[in-house]
Parts: sequence; structure tokens; C-alpha cells
Amino acid sequence: MVEPKAEQIRNERLYRGMGLTDAEYDCIVAQLGRLPNWVETGLFSVLWSEHCSYKSSRRYLKRFPTNGPQVLQGPGENAGVVDFGDGIGIAFKMESHNHPSAIEPYQGAATGVGGILRDIFTMGARPIAFLNSLRFGTLDEAHTRYLFANVVAGIGGYGNCVGIPTVAGEAVFDEVYRDNPLVNAMCVGVLPADGMVRGTASGVGNPVFVVGARTGRDGIHGATFASAEDPHEKERSAVQVGDPFFGKLLMEACLELIATGAVVGIQDMGAAGLTSSSAEMASRADGGIELYLDAVPVREDGMTPYEMMLSESQERMLVVMERGKEAVAEAIFAKWGLPIANIGRVTDDGRLRLWFRGECVADVPVSLLVDEAPVYDRPVAAPAALPGREVALPETFPAPETALRELLGHPSVADKRWIYRQYDTTVKAATRVGPGGDAAVLRVPGTNRLLALCCDGNGRYVYLNPRKGGAMAVAEAARNIVCAGGQPLAITNCLNFGNPEKPEIMYQFAEATAGMSEACLALNTPVVSGNVSFYNESRSADIHPTPVIGMVGVIEDERYVTPNAFQQADHAVVLLGVEDDSLDGSLYWKTLAGQPAGDAPAFDLAAEVNLQNLVHRLIREGRVVSAHDVSDGGLAVTLAELCIGGGMGVVVEAPAGAADLSASQASLRAAGWLFSEAPSRICLEVRPTDVAEVLAAAAEAGVPARQIGWTGGSRLVVRTTCEDWVNVPVAELAQVYQDALPNRMQVPVTPGA
Amino acid sequence: MKWAVVVFPGSNCDDDAVQAVQSFGDEVHKVWHQERDLSLYDAIILPGGFSYGDYLRCGAIARFSPVMQGVREAAAEGKLVIGICNGFQVLTESGLLPGALLRNDHLQFRCELVDLTVHNVNTPFTAAYTEGQTVKIPIAHGEGRYVADEETLRTLERERRIVFTYRRNPNGSALDIAGILNERGNVLGMMPHPERAVADWMGSADGRALFASMRRCAKEAIHVG
Repeated sequence: MVEPKAEQIRNERLYRGMGLTDAEYDCIVAQLGRLPNWVETGLFSVLWSEHCSYKSSRRYLKRFPTNGPQVLQGPGENAGVVDFGDGIGIAFKMESHNHPSAIEPYQGAATGVGGILRDIFTMGARPIAFLNSLRFGTLDEAHTRYLFANVVAGIGGYGNCVGIPTVAGEAVFDEVYRDNPLVNAMCVGVLPADGMVRGTASGVGNPVFVVGARTGRDGIHGATFASAEDPHEKERSAVQVGDPFFGKLLMEACLELIATGAVVGIQDMGAAGLTSSSAEMASRADGGIELYLDAVPVREDGMTPYEMMLSESQERMLVVMERGKEAVAEAIFAKWGLPIANIGRVTDDGRLRLWFRGECVADVPVSLLVDEAPVYDRPVAAPAALPGREVALPETFPAPETALRELLGHPSVADKRWIYRQYDTTVKAATRVGPGGDAAVLRVPGTNRLLALCCDGNGRYVYLNPRKGGAMAVAEAARNIVCAGGQPLAITNCLNFGNPEKPEIMYQFAEATAGMSEACLALNTPVVSGNVSFYNESRSADIHPTPVIGMVGVIEDERYVTPNAFQQADHAVVLLGVEDDSLDGSLYWKTLAGQPAGDAPAFDLAAEVNLQNLVHRLIREGRVVSAHDVSDGGLAVTLAELCIGGGMGVVVEAPAGAADLSASQASLRAAGWLFSEAPSRICLEVRPTDVAEVLAAAAEAGVPARQIGWTGGSRLVVRTTCEDWVNVPVAELAQVYQDALPNRMQVPVTPGA
Repeated sequence: MKWAVVVFPGSNCDDDAVQAVQSFGDEVHKVWHQERDLSLYDAIILPGGFSYGDYLRCGAIARFSPVMQGVREAAAEGKLVIGICNGFQVLTESGLLPGALLRNDHLQFRCELVDLTVHNVNTPFTAAYTEGQTVKIPIAHGEGRYVADEETLRTLERERRIVFTYRRNPNGSALDIAGILNERGNVLGMMPHPERAVADWMGSADGRALFASMRRCAKEAIHVG
């Protein structure tokens, strides 16, 4: 193919096909002082895409709190890093792979894992854990089951092979994600606190290497594609194919290379491949870079500079070495059997200059590509009416036991073993608490401290009330870290939203990020890395706004690790937090109404902080035997999970209502008490001798608290003075909880299993 | 006692095996797949992972790697060789153990703590267990379904070379087989990961007895076979 000439690109507006608007193209022409050629237009189109430039979100992201004594590296690098103590840094980041996963679920998910893995070891960190956050439609549809099964297989396929355990995650099933599933992958690594490597191309004359896989024609324009509506209309060829074996070798080789100290800068070739890695590395050094594209190892003959620059072939890195240390890199990559090629050098003229067959095929200012990418202040408009508020309360209520069974069997609540038994959760032999805990807990070499990890989001709350929902997502993640025995340190996030060109979507984004900021400040968990995924919509239906929080915390000592299952009979069960009976935003009401209903649950940030501080303190005082917070499905589900996990019953006394309630009012009150999702509540298992101390400490901290029952027996019983709301064998609930996903996925049952 | 943990490109349980052995205070070295000489070592571990990406078939390429010459020689000398997970696959592909390991019957990867029965405690790998003991050891594999022809299975049974079986078969293995010995009794292949069950915090420490058995055997310089 003959590449169009610069004039033709302008006259026929060919740039539009690459995703550039007329205004953006005109801006490029004005800044360059000439028409960009085909290759240059391609460079701008990917770096100025929403995916790479964050042009719609940047002004909001700047408002996140990003500082704190624990922050070693905030946003702007390949991953954030926090100080874990004892000279250890924890690098972590989360990234979305929603659009590729909608088209090609196995490879979409696998390459999401591979990409985030490279972001972590690029920092010089040894990856030690994966987490993931998933959203799909409802499992009654065959296509959704296909997407779900293959995304899970893809995550496992990559993670298992590279030998890094997948230790925690979440999965939510709601019809709004039917055509646009969310696949967010998080990776966590450890590094010496003073041994961080950055993605910087500095030192004029230093050589630039491309290492790892050869460059092919796959994934060209993947970044642009991720920034477009309705990926179903796009081509599958824009989805890359991962090779985890290659990824594993690349990780080992890069970590070995970094350990030599001869690496100046290193960066993953993710979205926009060679273009973004070279331009961003030059930009961070305020310098330039010159590449000789004839030297790039390619998979097939006849690849053009345009194709090489825009390819998103997986498992590649760009490395800037100290001049004179070329042989060090070459020897290490030869040992691992990986291609390595010296393709360019660092300059100081601030330009990205590309050479091919003796000709200069592109010559543009780095700052124009990276730093001067357009920033949009997109129109923001609150919707005329907030959703959910008009939904009427149900007139009749299912029996509480029936409702509890239904919630426990809801795929969003049910046991996720069907998912995580497909992940290697114990490789590296450091998993202290794996999937199923409120947070995962890992041992970390070289310290007695343990690492607590979780990820959480709740699109339904954010949809009903973006500001409150955004804050609640951060609070829930922190609560989970605290329940596991930890102190929250910092967060990463994936902000999954609809089309930013719609003012009501930008309203959701602006409000949700503001809510997140408030919670991050209150809980002292700055944002150190993150990712924005817009255009999560299909056929004009936007997903629920779904910020997903990935949180890292520290557990000071093994003895503070706290389970989320009842441990012993005849222990007291103490509920910290209000005994709420509002159904606002609950899964219970949503299931009955067929849509999210009411406001998001009532939430008070100050109360949340008090609660978390109290539980953190009680755990350190050794007064908490087990702990589990109230979330999806309400208090009844929390109690059921504590019972199922512990293989033990509980008898709980609910407060009697007023005697003069009508039957319907009484049903509503029971439903509210059992299924309200009011946050900032934690159930504690406490030894009888510690109850008075726990209640006194709660009173002192201003946290409502009541001993609601006793562990023991084999039934989950919730009763008032006049009736039993729930009285059911735990074994029955366990079966509903454990069978829900396997039954829906109709997996062949293994003999005897 | 000196242990070798073989590292193929794509091995990923090598560090775990090293740690497990070190927890006994023993000396252990990682040996890169391009080395041939394993004569310095008393026992050899082929760890789990995805050697050479498990392309073609699991373990199929690893069998050609230079280090396997050293493994064969060590086995021939009666030294202890244990292949765990991918290591088991490498041993069957190399012909050091009979049979083959195929895709799990449910076609999914499966990672969980499983119950195993120990069948023969008169082996260098199981002497510290008790006959018929149930032990908890995790599995993590997609291709762990042991198959062999009828005659081989009968021979394995008759010669008491089926050392571990699953209490609840997780993958469709013939005769619930989780681990088998070679004829001489000095080469063990098993799909479960004893190196991930060497401390209570891991959920089980039942794997310790396996390493303890091997140490006892090697220290007493018992020549196997």
C-alpha cells in the first residue's frame, strides 16, 4: 500500500479514521508549522487518544490526593510505589482491558494481565500477586457465560503460567454490563525501597533497546479502539494475543538486567507500543529520542514505520542502557533466549525522530506529542432527575428466609470458588489468606509485616449517587483491609465510565472522583496510580459508573491477621455501626424492583473513620476473633458468610419493633434490618470475657455497638421477641452459596466432588 | 545433604522448592537447564511451572534439555529424584516414569487444597508418613489426569508404586493416582505440591514429612534398589 501524502490526509480528512478530530488535526498542523505525514499523523492519533492522553479526565485526576509520607512514587510512572517499612517498597497498579475482553475474552483478559505485570516489573519490582475485578451481564445468557468463562480462563492462563498467584478479586453480575463487561487487572510487586527504576530516557547518546517479542502487525490502533464507542463494530485484529511463557522469560530477564544497575530507564510497550514508550520516556527526561526502525526485530517482512510504531504486539519493552554497558544487556537476553536490538539513542533536542531506510520518516517535538496533548473540559450536567428515587417500595415481601437464599445464590454474592479455583492462588508459597477473605494477606520476604490487598467497587451505588458511591468504594476497600487486620496505605484505581462526550456521564465522573478524593483524604489512602476507561457503552447504553479501587495495606504482625469466619462456639457477636433498616440502594430492593432503587445507602465518612480506627485498635489489642463487614446483601448475608466459612451457626436477636406495626410495615422492617446495605458496619466475633471491653471502647469512640448474639449450633437464627425471621440450617445456606456459580455455569461435576 | 532444583525456562515453583528445602537447613542450588552435571547433588527436584511454555505437550520439550542427561544419570545411580507437577510431566515425557498426564477431564485449571492417601510408606519419599494416612497438599494444574495402559496400571498397583491417591479425584486420573514411583523406587512424580505445604500458615504442613523422608534416606545413605 502506498501511504497517503500529507495533503491527501488533510484534504480527505483521513486523520478522522485514526480517531483525530478536525480541531485536533488543525492544532497539530499549527504547532508543527506544516502538515504531518502519515506516520506522524499516526503518532499523534494514538498519543492523543483518550486512552493515552486522559484528555477528558486529566483535570479531575489532578484533584486526587497523591501525597503522604508513605508514598514513594505517585501517579505518572508505570506504577505507584508505597513504603511498606523495613526498607521494602510495594509497587502496584490496576488497569482495564474491557474493550478487548468484550471482543475476544480469553486474549483480552490474558493480555490485560500481561500488560499490568510488565508495568510492575518495569519499576524494578518482583511481582508477587494479581487481583482482578470483573463485571458481566446476567448468567442466564449464553453469550455472557461465554465471556465470563473465557475471561476467567484467560486471567488464569496468563497468571498461572507466569507463576504469580491470583489472590483476590470481585465479580459482579448485572444486566448493565451485558454488552460491555469490565475486566480490571491489578498487579502488586516488591522492591527495595531505594531501588526503584523509572521510565526515563536520559543521558545523551545512551543506547535504546527493544527487548522481548518481535513486532508484528497485531493490535495496531488498539489504543484508539479502546477510546471508541461500541467496540463490537471494530475489528478483532485490534486485539492482541498474549504469550505468557514469553512474558515470564521477559520478566526474569528484565529483573536480572535491572539488578545489574546498568539500566537508565525502562518502559513497557503497552497501548500504542513503540510510540508511547519512546515518547513518554523522552518526555520524562525532557529530552529527545532517535530510532532506527530498520533495526526493530519484526515478525514479518514489509512492515512499514507506521505499522511498527503503532503495533501493540505483546511482551516487548523499551530499555535505555548506560552507554558502554550494551554487552551486559545482550548477554542476559541471550541467556533467556530473547531477542534484543539496539534501535536508537537518547538525544537532547526534544524531538522524536524516526529513521527508516536512510530517510527521516517522522520528526516531531516530544512535548507536543505527550505534554501538549489536548485537555478537554467536557460539559458536565446533572441529570434532570436522579435515578432510583422514583422506584416505589415493594408492596409485598418474600419471606426473609427465601430472600436470604436468593441473595446467597445471587452470582454477585455467592461463593466465587468456581472462579478462583481456576487461578493458581498459592504459587510462590506466600499466600497467608487467599481468595474468599475480606482481603488477601501475603507474607513478604525480608520482613515480619504482612501485605493486605483487596479490590472493591459498587457501580449500583455510584449510579444512584455518584459522589457518595465514589467515597463508599474507597471506604469499603479500606474496611476490608482493616477487617483482615491491616492498616490501609494507598490505592490504585480503574475508573470505568460511559461516553465522556455525554454531559451526564461527565457529571458521574466528576462527582464520583470528588467522592473518592474525600474518602482518600479522610482515610489517609492517597492515589498512587490508576487508569481511566471511558466509552464503556454498547448500543448507546452506558454501564453503571464503576470506579474500582485496588488497595494495599500493611499488617504489622502475623498475630493481627483476622479471619472472616466464625472460629468458635459460644463467642459473642458484636455489631459495630448503626442498626439500619433502610433498603436504599440494596441488592435486595434491586432484585425485587428490577432496577437500582432509592438513594445509595446512607454514608458518613467521619463515622467510617471512627469505625475503622476502632476495629484496627481492637484487633491489635487481641480482642477480635473474627471480623466481616456488611456489604452486598446486608447484615443477613454477612452473618451467613461468617457461619458458612466457620461451619457453625449463630443465634441473633433483632430489636423488636413497635407493637402497632401493620403486617406490611413489619415485613418492611424485617427486610430492612436483615438486608440494608448501610456501610460502616462490621460484625465482630468476640470472646465472652472481652465483650464489656469492646462495647466500652466502642462507646468511647462514638461507634454504635450492640452484642447481637452468640455463635454456636448449626443454624442461622435471627429472632425478635415475638418471631423468628430466619431459622435455617447453615448447611442448607452453604449449599445454595456454593452451588450458585457452578450450577449456572453447568460445569461437569468431577466424580466424588 | 545437598539438593538441586532444576530450573527450565518457564519453571515457576523453583523458589518455592528451594525455600521448602532450606526450611530444613539444607544446602540447595538452583541448576539452570543448560547444565549437564548433577553429580554433586544427593537429591534432585524438578519443580512445577510451564517449562518451555508447555508448548507441544507439557514437559515434551524439557525432556530434550541438557540437564535431563544429568537427571537420568542421577536416577540410574539410585539418587532421589522428585518431579512435582510440571516436573512429573517432564519425568513421564522423559520415560523415567510410565504413563502420561493429560488435560483435566473438566478442562479447567484446578487449584485447591486436596486430601491424599499415602499408600506405601516403605519408600524414600514416604517413610515419615504412616500407612493409609490422609494428608492435605495443594494441587495447581490444568493437565494432571494420569493415564497409562491397563497393564502398566496393574503393575503399578501390584508393585505398590502408587504412592499417593486423591481422596476425591479432582481431574479424572486413572485409579485416582496423584503420585507414582519408578520401578527402582528412587524417582517419584506427583501432581500435588508438597513444597506449598510445609508450614501451618500455608494451610497445611503435611508436605514436610515428604522432604523429611528424603533427607532421612539420603543421610542414612540408603541405596535404593
